[in-house]
Amino acid sequence: MSSNKKYWKSVEELNENSSIVETLKQNEFVNEIPTDEFLGDKETLESSSTTRRDFLKYVGFSTAAASLAACEGPVIKAIPYVVQPESIIPGVANYYATTIANGFDFASVLVKTREGRPIKIENNDLAKTHNGANARVNASVLGLYDSLRVKSAMKGGQDILWSTFDTETNQKLTDLKTAGKEIVLLTQTYASPSTSRLISEFKSKYGNVRHVIYDAVSESPALDAFEGSYGTRGLASYDFSKAMTIVSVGADFLGDWQGGGFDSGYAKGRVPKNGKMSRHIQFESNMSLTGANADKRVPLTPSQQKQVLAKLYSLVVGGSAQTDLPENINKAVQNAASELNKAGSNGVLVTGIQDVNAQTVALAINEKLNSKAFETSTPILTRQGSNTAVTKLVADMKAGRVGGIIMSGVNPMYTLPNVSEFAEGLEKTELSIAFSMKADETATKAEYIAAAPHYLESWGDVEIKKGHFSLMQPTIRPLFDTRQFQDALLKWTGSDKTYREYIKSGWSGGSFNKALQDGVYVSDTFSSAPNGASTTTTETSSELNDKKDRTFLGGVIHDVAVGVGIKDEDKDEYSTTTSSATTTTGGLNGTAGATAINAGSAARNLASSAKSEGLELSLYTKVGMGDGQDANNPWLQEFPDPITRTSWDNYLTISAADAKTAGLENKHVATGALDGSYADVTVNGVTVNNVPVIIQPGQANGSIGLSLGYGRTAGLKEEMMTGVNAYPLYQDFNTAQNVSIKKAAGMHEFACVQLQNTLMGRGDIIKETTLKIFSTEDRNVWNKVPTVSLNHEEVEITSPEVDLWDEFDRSVGHHFNLSIDLNSCTGCGACVIACHAENNVPVVGKEEIRRSRDMHWLRIDRYYSSEDTFAEDDTKKDEFSGLWGDKGSLGGFGELEHPADNPQVAFQPVMCQHCNHAPCETVCPVAATSHGRQGQNHMAYNRCVGTRYCANNCPYKVRRFNWFLYNKNDEFDYHMNDDLGRMVLNPDVTVRSRGVMEKCSMCIQMTQKTILDAKRDGRVIKDGEFQTACSAACSSGAMKFGDINDKESEVAKLKEDDRMYHLLESVGTKPNVQYHTKVRNTTEA
Amino acid sequence: MKKSYQSLEDNPTNNMIQVIYRHLASKIPYLGLVILLTFSTSLSAQEGDPVKGKTIFNTNCASCHNLDRKMTGPALRNVESRLEDEQGLGRDWLDKWIRNSAGLIKSGDAYANQVYNEYNGTAMTAFPQLEDQDISDILAYTAEPAKEKVVVDEVTSGGGGSSEGGISSKLILGALAILFALLAIALILVRKTLNRFAEEKGIEAAQKDKSLPIWKAFVQNQFLVLVTVIFFLLASAYFVYGYLSQIGVDQGYEPVQPIHYSHRIHAGDNGIDCKYCHSSARVSKHSGIPSLNICMNCHKSIYQVADETQQEGMDEYGVDYNAEIQKLYKAVGWDEAEQTYTGVTEPVKWIRIHNLPDFAYFNHSQHVEVAGVQCQTCHGPVEEMEVMYQHAPLTMGWCINCHRETNVNVEGNAYYTKIHDELSKKYGVDKLTAAQMGGLECGKCHY
Repeated sequence: MSSNKKYWKSVEELNENSSIVETLKQNEFVNEIPTDEFLGDKETLESSSTTRRDFLKYVGFSTAAASLAACEGPVIKAIPYVVQPESIIPGVANYYATTIANGFDFASVLVKTREGRPIKIENNDLAKTHNGANARVNASVLGLYDSLRVKSAMKGGQDILWSTFDTETNQKLTDLKTAGKEIVLLTQTYASPSTSRLISEFKSKYGNVRHVIYDAVSESPALDAFEGSYGTRGLASYDFSKAMTIVSVGADFLGDWQGGGFDSGYAKGRVPKNGKMSRHIQFESNMSLTGANADKRVPLTPSQQKQVLAKLYSLVVGGSAQTDLPENINKAVQNAASELNKAGSNGVLVTGIQDVNAQTVALAINEKLNSKAFETSTPILTRQGSNTAVTKLVADMKAGRVGGIIMSGVNPMYTLPNVSEFAEGLEKTELSIAFSMKADETATKAEYIAAAPHYLESWGDVEIKKGHFSLMQPTIRPLFDTRQFQDALLKWTGSDKTYREYIKSGWSGGSFNKALQDGVYVSDTFSSAPNGASTTTTETSSELNDKKDRTFLGGVIHDVAVGVGIKDEDKDEYSTTTSSATTTTGGLNGTAGATAINAGSAARNLASSAKSEGLELSLYTKVGMGDGQDANNPWLQEFPDPITRTSWDNYLTISAADAKTAGLENKHVATGALDGSYADVTVNGVTVNNVPVIIQPGQANGSIGLSLGYGRTAGLKEEMMTGVNAYPLYQDFNTAQNVSIKKAAGMHEFACVQLQNTLMGRGDIIKETTLKIFSTEDRNVWNKVPTVSLNHEEVEITSPEVDLWDEFDRSVGHHFNLSIDLNSCTGCGACVIACHAENNVPVVGKEEIRRSRDMHWLRIDRYYSSEDTFAEDDTKKDEFSGLWGDKGSLGGFGELEHPADNPQVAFQPVMCQHCNHAPCETVCPVAATSHGRQGQNHMAYNRCVGTRYCANNCPYKVRRFNWFLYNKNDEFDYHMNDDLGRMVLNPDVTVRSRGVMEKCSMCIQMTQKTILDAKRDGRVIKDGEFQTACSAACSSGAMKFGDINDKESEVAKLKEDDRMYHLLESVGTKPNVQYHTKVRNTTEA
Repeated sequence: MKKSYQSLEDNPTNNMIQVIYRHLASKIPYLGLVILLTFSTSLSAQEGDPVKGKTIFNTNCASCHNLDRKMTGPALRNVESRLEDEQGLGRDWLDKWIRNSAGLIKSGDAYANQVYNEYNGTAMTAFPQLEDQDISDILAYTAEPAKEKVVVDEVTSGGGGSSEGGISSKLILGALAILFALLAIALILVRKTLNRFAEEKGIEAAQKDKSLPIWKAFVQNQFLVLVTVIFFLLASAYFVYGYLSQIGVDQGYEPVQPIHYSHRIHAGDNGIDCKYCHSSARVSKHSGIPSLNICMNCHKSIYQVADETQQEGMDEYGVDYNAEIQKLYKAVGWDEAEQTYTGVTEPVKWIRIHNLPDFAYFNHSQHVEVAGVQCQTCHGPVEEMEVMYQHAPLTMGWCINCHRETNVNVEGNAYYTKIHDELSKKYGVDKLTAAQMGGLECGKCHY
């Protein structure tokens, strides 16, 4: 059948007289193929010494030789200890309790060691405060094996002996003392009683000594406000689990606000119980982790935040506030205030505004509310720095008034906004010593570099919260010839003690070994509170009682792995002790009154100071990078930011409207990867050039955000020198700055792991509902199981008669399930890093991430709503009719792809769902992936031939392919490419090679170990013993793991919960990962 | 063999006797003289029986004392005479010391305190139960002259005996070969002669038909060619497959180790439990190569092997066991003379015999402690191995066979109670194999 249809490639062809069409008709290829260039060059071809035949011969020979050589097994040596330490049994992990206190992160942790090597950080459940290791703390173990660490004391770039260092520095210090010149100790916040004692001893020996504490990201205004109100330099502690109404004005308290560590308490209050859950209102400019979790989020600029706080003060405490807030914000403030007032002592207000007035006002509001969540008797001591002291020091140094400076745990040459002044001052000192793990920006400028040990090689005591002590103990012998700051202080003060002896001699809290084993000790002599709510807290603690004191090589084992070769007589016993601490109430006595007066004027000052024109910049710290001291950690560099899902970068976040005005754009290139414009950012005449721009939904108009911690230049590998340094804009230690931006040339290539930002109305991926519907309606209304039609009747997809497959009997033995509660998941990402550490997940680098070849076994998807809420998205999609028109699906879906200006945000951790009817298993041609009776989907790497059918057939896209060899490969020069970095690998998990598929194994190595331990002890496994790396790392309790065949277990009960659903249930894969419907508390009081 | 040595050694004149043994007839008068001499020396001391003395010494003293070496306590050769000569102390002092050294030290005796301090304040166990006669016997034993090393001549002559058998068999073979060669030559000659006869008589040997040669016939028969080719292909495929599947299978791998450690002596002759040294097999995935301090638990006092063992080592394996013990001392940094650790160590680089690939997870404690599998099941008759070798192929098929056949040891293990009941109901069996417990699932070993 002939046809008259004319097929055309381009409109141009319709033009009959077009010369282009004519030309193209003659040429198949638009551009000439450069064959002549290659083949025409006969001379080179002929003169080549290698002919084609020779070449083939060589290839053939070398292939044959290589395959023959491969047949020969290598000789493998096994070298046992000469004297084996009693505590170490090869193949059995030991756990030690210790504490991280690097000046930015403070947490009580457990360290898993294998054959004497620390390989993983876990949470210390005995600690009552700061026991949740965040992503950075989880990744800190890799910092120990950093190949760029300084390996001995150095002077002028040359290694020197410590004895030389001692003689020279002692001499110089004495000279300075004789000359009456000032010696300055510039340190991080140690929060360590012993270090404080040591420093005062140092002061008394050398006389003219000044100790300046410097926090790279300062909380000085909050400290000043707290000190002004309560007399102690500390930060109020908040327990968000006790708050039903949480109002935050610019405080990213799920991130690094005031040292962080509040997320587990917050998450507890977010799970609806008896129809109740906390309500969270967030006023902020950047889209933060906290804002993403809020029930109501109000975007506004930093200056508006000040007004909001002033207004809230007037509405809650009293007085009046002059504000010129827009109507919608004004209304939101009034609602928030009335909700706070209604909640009374169940309410709490926090603020992140870097202003002493703002912080004073916040304290006063909580005081007025008599908030239960607000605690002033046990202030948090993890930030001590003072902005004025640092400013004064830089001025003094510049003026040449400082004789010597000893720095420890700080990197002012990177983190100070006025680096040049500091550098000038540093040159004027007669002695400068930097205690540092790396030859970083500061250390390279100092006269001496004192190689400092990692915290896993150090001793220490930390008072994280008043009365809450945490101990730091080495978990490995120092890898290099290092000396910690405190040991050096002891030397300089002429003491012959080691720091360990020094801590022990000053220890007054019961058995030192017991405290060392637990890692924490809570003093029972709480100082009584001058103010504060009348609360009687009863704390139940599970303490590990040890019958035998097992002291080994410089430490005491905290053996949570009960039964790892420990005989019955010295098995640990758990006993439950109940201690109660009563804090007296101050109520509204004189002191509180005085605070109120101060706060009143503070509120007035606050309102009047809130002036701004043009764009405002909010500097923040990223969950993955913090203040930037871990910039050489590849895990953290590749960790995707929970909000932007971008790795290996920092960037300017800007609202869509502002971006349009400034001509900045984001676009996806052909591979789907994200590109963004560059902008030059100027604050007070200081310009940071070529900052890549990301258009951030939810960013307040008139505000932009930029994270600190990137743009490092010294002491790290070239691959890690990512992003731009924002510290020059951090002027006067204020995170809020007036700023101007200008578009710069070029486009930046981002490595973004999530390119689809909205759910497109697919409400069955993240199910969510409101508290009202949740507590009043039937489950089928808000969490309906999908149905299919069988004989013209709607049948639930989970029922056996519509199943393609015969069900296996899974009632025998264990059947593992992982439960993920979308309500308590804050998206913090600790699980992502824990999974990396446990499963030897490789780092692939920015280029590969950009090609969507990321290897994360566990990802946390973040979705924005396209309308104001996800529910409206769903409605919109349901109302599509036809292709065209207002409600047409063609245009409609296009609209749904774009996030709203202030979208709702949802996080969803996704890993292999371990489907009982797994689509991947049926398509594998070599049966490399198969199902275990215990519910896990197994992956046999040695069997895999890399067809990738399984990944294509996986509806959840959780399978990861090894495109390259990521270990011992110079192309991927991360930790797996050097001997030191490979020490972090978990010996129980295979390191995968090129060409095989991998994915979450549901930590089968951990479940198998638990089973084996029980078998060896001849006992039944208790609920809670089974863990995966992610569930163990989750301090917010969002992830729960266990055996659903144990009907008493928590997961078995969670499976029957009304909120439970499976991801893409309609596909019928029957996953073993459960999700729990997200409930939002949208009820305005 | 052993017995005869014992008696030789026990004889106070044993080194002489070896000489005499061969020329007994001519040297009888000399022997008489020697015996006379020996008796005269022992007469000058107290009456003691060195044979009895040796028994008592071995029971009570040998764990801390040696005749010629310093151990926990001093060397005791000629202790009585040396004491007499050097310190002027007599037998009564010795009696006191042996029966209650602590008392003697307390009494403030100068020499007693000196000895006590010299040996780092290690008090000697008191032996009040020893009779005077016993002490005399011991002293008689200590007063024996040091025995010289076993004459090496005998070793070589003994070896010569066995090799003679080899030569004779070769001779027989050679003779046979010559015989056959002669026969063959004879046959050829006979044939030649017969041919000549035939030629002379003009008899034509029957000519064969001029049919096709067999190879041509074969080539022309295409069916046969096809069958042969298929056969060759199949056969070569079989052999290639066989070759390929043994790649990486190191069954029988028997590397030379840096120290010749004999499992035969330790686990076999001395019956030391495997898990005494490989203790982590109970709790860990690794059986663990014992650290050198485990060796020193015994080898602190066992500084050399018995002479007959040494002999056996030299004869049968060509190994000087005593030198191997010296290697251990060097590695662990043990100063034999001072009986102290020098602190200079040299970790032993053993060659690992059993190498599983990284992607296979194996846990010793699962098999040894939970399942109660004997070490020999996988490692073979280790107690008979002079040099350790890989007994099992360690292939996956080998693992799986065992998992299919072996019943799980569920008795008295609370972990298994429930799962065993349920599974045995499901499969309708009493006993469960590892496979039925899920021991064949990929992910149980590969992760």
